[in-house]
Amino acid sequence: MHVLAFAEQREGSIKKSSFETVQAARGVADKLGARFSALVVGNDIRREAAALGAYGAERVLVVEHERLAAHSSTAVAQIIAEVARREQTTHLFLPASQMGKDLAPRVAVKLEAGLAGDCTALHVEEGEIVASRPIYAGKALLTVRVTTPVKLYTLRPNVFTAKAGEGTATVESLEIPLEENVFSAVVRELKVASGRPDVTEADIIVSGGRGLKGPEHFHLIEELADVLGGAVGASRAVVDAGWRPHDEQVGQTGKTVAPTLYIACGISGAVQHLAGMSSSKYIVAVNKDKDAPIFSVADYGIVGDVFEVLPALTGELRKTLGK
Amino acid sequence: MKVIVCINHVPDTETKIKVGSDGKTIDPTGVNFMLNPYDEFALEEGLRLRERFQGEVVALSLGPEAHKETLRKALAMGVDRAVLLKDDAPRDSWGVASALAAELKTQAPEVILFGRQSIDYDNAQVGTMVAELLGMPSVGVVVKLEITDGAVLCEREIEGGREIVDTRLPVVILAQKGLNEPRYPSLKGIMAAKSKPIEEKPAAPADARVVVGAMHKPSTKGSGKIVGTDASAVAELVRLLHEEAKVI
Repeated sequence: MHVLAFAEQREGSIKKSSFETVQAARGVADKLGARFSALVVGNDIRREAAALGAYGAERVLVVEHERLAAHSSTAVAQIIAEVARREQTTHLFLPASQMGKDLAPRVAVKLEAGLAGDCTALHVEEGEIVASRPIYAGKALLTVRVTTPVKLYTLRPNVFTAKAGEGTATVESLEIPLEENVFSAVVRELKVASGRPDVTEADIIVSGGRGLKGPEHFHLIEELADVLGGAVGASRAVVDAGWRPHDEQVGQTGKTVAPTLYIACGISGAVQHLAGMSSSKYIVAVNKDKDAPIFSVADYGIVGDVFEVLPALTGELRKTLGK
Repeated sequence: MKVIVCINHVPDTETKIKVGSDGKTIDPTGVNFMLNPYDEFALEEGLRLRERFQGEVVALSLGPEAHKETLRKALAMGVDRAVLLKDDAPRDSWGVASALAAELKTQAPEVILFGRQSIDYDNAQVGTMVAELLGMPSVGVVVKLEITDGAVLCEREIEGGREIVDTRLPVVILAQKGLNEPRYPSLKGIMAAKSKPIEEKPAAPADARVVVGAMHKPSTKGSGKIVGTDASAVAELVRLLHEEAKVI
């Protein structure tokens, strides 16, 4: 058996969700008694690839290609499948990041593999992986098994632990010939939004809802998020009203999030919002209405006016955190 | 231009999910089903492509008889034809993708649109699998689409930003909220949709590659404590976050 973990890099840097994936896949490999390797694909990325040693990858495979300075989903999928064939990979792991979700279905078809997507837990039972994955944005969970000889899994960001250790990696370069026609979709440009983290990757999220009464008051949310180094989130109501961009929307038709701390401000807690955020480790709710459903999932609540509580909270945190 | 929009029929987002008696699927009693929200953006984009390039927009869905309700909505929005690949048994992503691809191959569209994911199983796999099966490029989570002389330029959302992707026809596009503002079906459209036929075909069989063991509800932790009722509670809240939860 061979377990392979694909680590995503963008513009030469490997993201936390890939460290999580490598470490989790390494743990599964140990339980299965399988060989383990990590894979990094790109251009001039050997040094970054070596960093995966700290997350349990003693062997890191690197495929470099000048044209991969710009990401191409079609080309990278081809490379992953070819490496898996050469290595006789039985279990392939990718992060369930936007890049991983774009690659995994292609690779699954190429390898005739079943794909368990967006997993939040992996258990090895009698030499077989049983994966848990949320459905209906977290309103229910499924346990699934992949039944094909080659098995694919994508792992939800921010759920598995990434803890750097002392390990080091041996980096091996592989040559994979690529024909021109595999570059049929290529990233021309990357536009970075704000300086704040994305809600799917953030440790802390401060979200605002209709209780903020208008887009002009969202600076209260932004200021609190910035003191905490967190992301800004929003309810569907305020996104639909055009107060906030939809990439901030948390919930069933937005993003499902699992930060360490989620602070919901002026959000009543519609079913579809609760589904998207209730797996957060700690939840704080600030809302005027003591009967708001958000309090049913909150660890700590303040029943009060966001216009009074938020500035006070931001001020208090500034003091505590020395900012 | 021939455009096919693949759509799904899913439980309303307001649904409280109950596990069914088989322990593997939801209990559909009292559940309202609707057009998958992301598929509305896909349909709207398909209609706009027809407005620009002429041609035909077809809505395609795989599932039981009930999916006709959603196909009718697509007809009411303005698609030319609707096709149901009829199948009553639940399928994994591979099962759906392989049957859709088999049908799409015979239709040879230049653009295939999907919603970015179905909000029931949240797999976000079918559209990209279809693209791979048909040997087409695909772009997921698309918020902007421009087609000029066969060249396709997309903006797609990624973590903390956007990617501008160059690709070409024929292509599979997975629509994200923000791509457009879907139209409401007109009364005339709704009336006309009632009499339009929905073509029915059997879905090509496929073996499952992922099997469900069980479905269960996530454990709920129950309400926590109310720290206070005004701004004077923030000091205590910060102390709890710092000392008890240890998250700041």
